[in-house]
Parts: sequence; C-alpha cells; structure tokens
Amino acid sequence: MNITVCIKRTPDTETRVRIAEDGVSIDSGGVKYIVSPYDEFAVEAALRMRDAAGEGAVTVVTLGEASAAEQLRSALAMGADKALLLEGQAGMDGLATARALATEIQGHDAPLVLFGVKAADDDAQQVGPMVATLLERPCVTAVGEFELNGTTARCHREVEGGTEVVDVDLPAVLTITKGAFEPRYASLKGIMAAKRKPLEQKAADVPASRVTLEALELPPARPDGRIVGEGPEAAAELVRLLREEAKVL
Amino acid sequence: MGDVLAFAEQRDGVVRGVTHEVVSAGAGLAQSLGGECHALAVGGDGLAEAVSGLGGAGAARVKVAAHGSLAGYAAEAYARIVADTARDGGYAAVLFPATAVGKDLAPRVAALLDVPLASDATEVSADGGAVVVKRPVYAGKAFARLRMEASPAVVSLRPNVFPVEERGAAGAVETVAVDVDPSSWGARVVEFRSAAAGSLDVSEASVVVAGGRGMKDPEHWTLLEALRDALGADVAALGASRAVVDAGWRPHGEQVGQTGKTVSPKLYVAVGISGAIQHLAGMRTSGTIVAVNKDPDAPIFGVADYGIVGDLFEVVPRLTDEVRALKSGA
Ligand SMILES: Cc1cc2nc3c(=O)[nH]c(=O)nc-3n(C[C@H](O)[C@H](O)[C@H](O)COP(=O)(O)OP(=O)(O)OC[C@H]3O[C@@H](n4cnc5c(N)ncnc54)[C@H](O)[C@@H]3O)c2cc1C
Ligand SMILES: Nc1ncnc2c1ncn2[C@@H]1O[C@H](COP(=O)(O)O)[C@@H](O)[C@H]1O
Repeated sequence: MNITVCIKRTPDTETRVRIAEDGVSIDSGGVKYIVSPYDEFAVEAALRMRDAAGEGAVTVVTLGEASAAEQLRSALAMGADKALLLEGQAGMDGLATARALATEIQGHDAPLVLFGVKAADDDAQQVGPMVATLLERPCVTAVGEFELNGTTARCHREVEGGTEVVDVDLPAVLTITKGAFEPRYASLKGIMAAKRKPLEQKAADVPASRVTLEALELPPARPDGRIVGEGPEAAAELVRLLREEAKVL
Repeated sequence: MGDVLAFAEQRDGVVRGVTHEVVSAGAGLAQSLGGECHALAVGGDGLAEAVSGLGGAGAARVKVAAHGSLAGYAAEAYARIVADTARDGGYAAVLFPATAVGKDLAPRVAALLDVPLASDATEVSADGGAVVVKRPVYAGKAFARLRMEASPAVVSLRPNVFPVEERGAAGAVETVAVDVDPSSWGARVVEFRSAAAGSLDVSEASVVVAGGRGMKDPEHWTLLEALRDALGADVAALGASRAVVDAGWRPHGEQVGQTGKTVSPKLYVAVGISGAIQHLAGMRTSGTIVAVNKDPDAPIFGVADYGIVGDLFEVVPRLTDEVRALKSGA
C-alpha cells in the first residue's frame, strides 16, 4: 500500500525565539531547522506499515521554500521512497496550505495519508483534518497507535481522560501524535541512499491567505518570582503565600 | 449581522465547564460586533434539559441538535451540523473550545465553510467589524496577532483562559432538525478506554501537580498523588515531564510541553523538573507557578512565582500536610 506523509520544516524545539525587525517573523539567525517532531512520528508509522505489508511506497510531501528540501532528504534518509517539494509559501492561513496539499494528494494513489497532529511552529492542529474534509475522506486525529486490517484501520486516539478506539475506512487521513511510533535515526547507509532517491520539485498552487499576521510578540515576561525558602520548613510560608497573595488556595 | 455561534461541548449529556467559557467569550464578542451569542449543542436525546442553563453564561438562544446516534462525538456528523447551522444563521464568528473534540471539529467546520481557522486563541476581540485573535505559536514562545479576513471567523479558545461572566441572557432553547445516517460514517468509535478511574485530564484541570526525573522512581508518585488529593482531586490533575514519560514512568497523556499538552491552570506545581525550554513552552502561561527543586540554578525557577529549594522527598510531604491543614480549616 502506498502512503503519503505531509511533513513541515520548522525551527528546532530548542530554539529561543526572537522577533525579527519586521515584527511579524522570527529572527532566523542561528536557528536550526528540523522535520517537525510529530511529522517524524508520522514518517515512522508509514515506514513500519510499508515494511509490514512488504509492498508499496512512502512518499513525503512538503509545501515550503526550496530550503525545505533538506527536511525531505531527512525523511528519505529515514527510509521514505520518494519526495515532493511543493514550492510556495505556507503562512498562517492553514486552509490555504490544506488546499495546496489536497490538490496534490488528490492525484496520489495512496489509501493512507498521514500528517503530524500539529506543526511545531504554528501549533495549529488543523491542516490534516482540513485536507481530509476537502478530499471528503474520513479522518482520525491525534492517533498514537494504529493497525491496518484490510480495508480499515483501527486507531487509538488520545482524548481527555482516556483513549478512544476508532475504526476508519480506507482511504483515510490520520494525524499522528506521540505514542507507538518512536522515530528511528537515519543510518549512514540511509543518508547515502537518500542522495539518490527521487526528489521532485514543482510550484505549489496556494490560494491567497485570508489571515493577516499583524504582529508577533514575545509572551509577557512573568513577574519576578522569589525563592520562598529552603527545605521543608518553607512549606508553611508557601501555602500562606498561595492563599493570601496568589489567592489560588 | 454580528451574531456569534458558540459550540457547546457536552460529554455524556453533561455540558462541560469549558463550554461556559466559550459562551461567555462569545457573548462578549457578539456585544462588540452588535449581535447576539447563540450556543449550539450536539448530542444524544435529552440534551435540551442539560443545556438550558447556558443563558446564564450569555447565550441568547440555545440550539439543540439531538439524535440517539450523536450521544458520543461523531466527527463527520457533528461537523456537518455545525457548518450548516453556521451557514444558515449567517454568523460573523463561530467559536469552539480547544479541547480534544474542539480541535478535531473546528478544522473540519472551517473547511466545510471554506474559511480559515485560528486555533487555541487566548484573546479574541472585534476591531472595526473584523475578528482579531491572539494565539500562541512556537509552543507559547511567542504570540501571533491575527486578523481574520473571511466570514465567519472560526476560532477555537484555549481552556482555562477566558473568564465566565454571569450575563443572564434569554437562553431560549430551539431544536435544530437533524438528518443523520450513521451507516455513512467513515470513522466509528468502537470503544473508550478511560485512564485511571476518576482522574482528571491535565489539560482540563485548574491545578496541576507535575513530576520530573527528580522523582527518581515511578513508585514515588504516591507523594504527588497525595498532594493532588490534598489540593482537591476534583480540580487537580497529575502532569509529567517528557523525561519521565520516555522512561515509561508515566503515560504520554500526562506529558506537558512542546510535544505534550499545553496547559494553563490557575496553579502549576513543578516537582523535580529542571525547566527545559520544551517543558516551559507547555506551562508558562499558567496562573501561578510553584517549583520544588534541589538545584537553586534550575531554569524552572526563572518562570516560577514561588520556589522552594530543597529535597522534594522532604518538601512535598510537608507541603501536602500544610495544604491539608489549610483545607480542613486547622
Ligand atoms: C523535540 C523535543 C521535544 C521535547 N518535548 C518536551 C515536552 O513536551 N515536555 C518536556 O517536559 N520535555 C520535552 N523535551 C525534553 C526536554 O528537553 C528535557 O529533556 C526534559 O523536560 C527534562 O525532564 P526533567 O525536567 O524531568 O528532567 P531533568 O532535566 O533531568 O531534571 C530533573 C530535575 O530534578 C531535580 N532533582 C533531582 N533530584 C531532586 C530531589 N531529590 N529533590 C528536588 N529536586 C530534585 C534536578 O535538580 C533537576 O532539575 C523535548 C525535547 C526535544 C528534543
Ligand atoms: N507547509 C506544510 N507542508 C507539508 N505539510 C504540512 C505543512 N503545514 C502543515 N503540514 C502538515 O499538517 C500538520 C499539522 O500542521 P498545523 O495544522 O499547521 O499544526 C503537520 O504536522 C504536517 O503534517
């Protein structure tokens, strides 16, 4: 079975965010870029399903600037078979991104399309279910684990207070969260092989954004905290402060 | 034409607390837009009874779409019903709670309506008739101010952030006709496995007691459970750092941070957690932060309002005793 995985190039989670002079972007100086962590789970899931089936190809797709080819190569090094770079701008309008991806994926012969549950930059948690809705395919979000049973997939979905077990008919869209699919490290052999794997590049068809990013701001600094004391003797004073000053008890 | 539709989430026929936040925020937004806030509840039979109190939070009308097959969350049907109601009512904005259901539902509704979505907003307001939203990005390391250029503006709201104001709107209950065919659904919930019975989810709790690698052993969590119980098991939940989730000491559902849950409780108590940037990302918008750590230079003290430097195995039991004494009025 062929599987398509959508991945995004995002800043490393270690990044200390600084706002650039334009006030609407981050200062990219010194920022390291990675495959968004949840997307790595999705790639891992796809590789395992392909290998268990013993047939099919895993295609990774990204919408982004030319530099995002680097993240496609990382996924190829993990073991994906081919990659596609849709060159264009992915901004704050997730539906515009979803449309561009849906237009592409529509033509893929892939009964399973995987996304990360959310991208590590915009944290929007929306592109996967939007693509599914546009393609009129069923979708299960926040899947930590799933197995394929012929024409359906049984998914374990994380919700407040427990796990929902959901059966979904293929073709389907799943968004993957942390769970059973701990991503493998690319081997040296994988990295070498990735250089020879096909990486296609074409212009993306992204509709105009209908969300204007007016400003990017740092979170308000937290008021200076204080060390109440050392050791267990400080507990009583802490409880008093929580009650009388912070008023949370 | 400045009406706002608020999705009223229920579980097992009971309106969830966060719904009052969404309706209240919706009423505030509707007021600035010159319209009314209407709540829409989707669920099983007998729902009308459960939602009739939403007038108090500011719903001028409460629309109820009830059907036996909709008692549990059914994504495809719910999305259609909300999108149809939003379209028919000509709403200026559609609000959801950013819960597991809301995060799954809002993008589908936005796609059906062909409008963008702003998720997990911490502020929403009207500016010259347009809806403007503030929402965290980069896991809370920054905030984006977005102007929604399409109508309706679809927005999900972060739980525990928006205050519930008593408004006493009419809250007249209306029935929405539904036409559902479960046999056409591509996805079906076959089972629900609840986490430890009665335990509250970390993303919903107003108090979080979180443990990190400093706890040394999963068995020591009885210390944190005791503190949680003292603070009130009905409002308090356990959280965890990724280090202890990766070690298999705690379930992933408890992980707080960039690759876990983002939480904003009134009180967050970090025990034996160093305060790595990815952890801070998930909890730095909490109301009051308390840290217990033996290392005075631990970065967690940089965001904590109150810190105790010391051995958690001595501090936590004492803290639990003090909280118990306070609660029992001693
Ligand atoms: C892509 C990526 C995503 C990540 N996402 C997350 C995430 O979502 N959430 C998250 O939490 N982390 C995340 N991390 C991991 C993060 O970088 C840290 O490794 C992790 O948060 C550390 O957990 P910790 O604070 O429990 O452990 P440590 O850093 O080992 O800290 C343990 C602390 O306990 C204290 N301590 C030890 N003994 C005692 C004692 N007896 N009494 C009092 N204090 C004591 C120590 O002083 C220390 O400060 C992520 C990392 C990456 C690379
Ligand atoms: N520009 C993009 N290119 C490819 N996939 C994307 C892009 N943006 C988002 N995605 C996918 O959609 C998921 C959710 O992203 P978001 O809705 O932005 O949080 C990500 O984890 C990716 O799988």
